[in-house]
Amino acid sequence: MAQVVVRNVSKVHIPLKGEPLLALHGVSFHVEDNEFFSIVGPSGCGKTTLLNLLAGFETPTRGELLVGGQTIREPGWERAVVFQEYALFPWYTVVQNIAYGLKRKRLPEAEQRDLTDHYIGLVGLRGFEKRYPRELSGGMRQRVSIARALAVKPSILLMDEPFASLDIQTREFMQDELLKIWQRERKTVIFVTHSIDEAIKLSDRVAIMTPRPGHIEEIKTVDSARPRDMTHAAMVQLAADVKRWLRQQLFESTPA
Amino acid sequence: MSRVELNASGTSRDLSAAARVAEDSAALAATLIPPPPPAWRRVANRLVHLWLLTLFLVVWELVSTLGVRINPQLDVMLPPPTAVFSAAQELMARGVLITHIADSLRRVLVAVGVGAILGIPLGLAMGWSAGFRASVDPLLEFIRPIPPLAWIPLSILWFGIGDTQNEYIIFLAAFFPIVLNAMAGARDVDTYLVRAGLSLGARRRDLFLTVVLPASLPNIFTGLRVGLGIGWMALVAGELVAAPTGLGFMINNARTLFRSDYILLGMVLIGILGLVLDFLMRQVSAIAMPWYRR
Repeated sequence: MAQVVVRNVSKVHIPLKGEPLLALHGVSFHVEDNEFFSIVGPSGCGKTTLLNLLAGFETPTRGELLVGGQTIREPGWERAVVFQEYALFPWYTVVQNIAYGLKRKRLPEAEQRDLTDHYIGLVGLRGFEKRYPRELSGGMRQRVSIARALAVKPSILLMDEPFASLDIQTREFMQDELLKIWQRERKTVIFVTHSIDEAIKLSDRVAIMTPRPGHIEEIKTVDSARPRDMTHAAMVQLAADVKRWLRQQLFESTPA
Repeated sequence: MSRVELNASGTSRDLSAAARVAEDSAALAATLIPPPPPAWRRVANRLVHLWLLTLFLVVWELVSTLGVRINPQLDVMLPPPTAVFSAAQELMARGVLITHIADSLRRVLVAVGVGAILGIPLGLAMGWSAGFRASVDPLLEFIRPIPPLAWIPLSILWFGIGDTQNEYIIFLAAFFPIVLNAMAGARDVDTYLVRAGLSLGARRRDLFLTVVLPASLPNIFTGLRVGLGIGWMALVAGELVAAPTGLGFMINNARTLFRSDYILLGMVLIGILGLVLDFLMRQVSAIAMPWYRR
C-alpha cells in the first residue's frame, strides 16, 4: 500500500526575479513498503524540494509521484512530515500539538487521549504534557514533532533534516530513538539529510543527490544489521567511499 | 557514550528517566532561587521609575508659578499642575467631570469595538487571500489618508447630530491600524506551520481557526492597542460637533471660555485614560496568549 514511486520528476522554480531554476531533473526511484530510505546530498541539491513534492506541498513540473498507485495531489496525514525546524504550533501545549492531527481525523475523544498518551510515553515526554513549545529544548521539540507525526498513523513518514539543528549527543540519541520507534511501528520512512553518516547509520538504502540540476546519481544499499556501530570498519569504509565519490561528482566534474 | 539498548518491552526507559531528572532539577531550582522581596520593596522599586514624571511636574509647576512674575500672561498660557488639580476638584464637585469621562470612554470603546469587529475579519481575510487583498487594498489605501476631520460635514449629513456621528469620526481613526495589523499577522504566518497543519489533515477552514488566527493574535493585539491610542487622539475631532459632553467637548468648550486650566485637565485626563486602557489591553493579551514570548 505504501509503496512510493517517483517517475521521471522535474521541478522548475520560478523566482519573482531572475531566471527560472531547474531544481530537479529526471528524478526516478521507488521506495518499498516499510523501507527506511534516505536522500542525501549537499545543500541546494533539491532534496527538500523532492520531499515537498512527496508531501504534496508542491506539484512537479514534469513526471509523477505515486503512493500505492495513486498520484500525490495534496498534503495529507497518510504522509506526515517532520520538519527541520519542528514547526510546532506555539499556541498549543505538547498534548495539544500531538492531538492536532487526531482531532482533524475526528477520532473519538477517548481514542485521541489514549493515542496522545501513548506517543507522549513513546518519545519520553511524560511530565511535559502542559508545556508550550517555547518552554522545551530543541531535542524535546523535535520529539514532540515526531510524536505528532506518528500519532496520525501515517503509512509514510517524511523527515526533512529532522536532527540537523540538534547538538551531536542529542542527535545520536534521537537517531537511536527513531530506529527503535521505526522497528516497533513498521512504516515507510523517507529521510532527507545532508549527513552521509546519518544516512548510512539509519537507512536500508541511501539515494545520493547532486545539484544543478538536482538529480539522483546513485542509490546505495546498506545491508548491515541495526543498531549499526559507525566506528565499525565496514561502516567507516562505506561512509568514506560515499564521501569520496560524492566529492568527485561535485568538484571534479565541473571545470575549476 | 553508552549505547542505548534496544529493549522490546520498555518505551524508551532512559527518556522517562531524563524527564524525572528534569522534574527533580526544577524542584531543586525552586529551592535555590532567593526568596522574593517583600511587597513594600517591590512597590518602592516601581515607584523609583516615576522620578522623571515627578521631575516633569515639578519643573512645570515652577515654570508656571515663577514665570508668571515675569510674564503675567503665563497665568493663561500655562496654568501650573496645582491649578489643573483644583480645576479637576471644581468640576468633580459640580458633577460634570465624571460625565465627561464616562461619555468619552464610552464613545472611544464603541468606536474601537466596531473598528475591531469590522477590521479584524477584514484584515485577516486580506492577509489570508492575496486575491482579496489585491482587490481591497486600493480602496483602503485611497480612503486611509483622508483626515477624520474632513469627514465631519458628510458624517453629520449621514448620522445626524449625536453620539453616532461622534463615534464615526473616532472609528475612522481607529479602523485602519486595526485592519493593517490583522492583515500583517495573517500574511506573515509561517509557511511551515501551514504545511504542518495540511500534512496533519487540516482543511482550509481548520487552518484558519487553528493556525492563521492564533498566529495573527499578537499582531491583532498590536492593532487594537494602536487603534485605541489613535482613537483617543481623534477624540477632540470626534466631539467637535454637537457633543454636549465628553473630554473633547470640554476642551473645545474651554477654548471659548478662555479656561486653559480646563483644557489642560482634558489633555491630562485623555493621557491617563489612554495609559490605563493600554495597560488593560496588555493584560488581556497576556491572558489570551499565555504561549506568547514577550
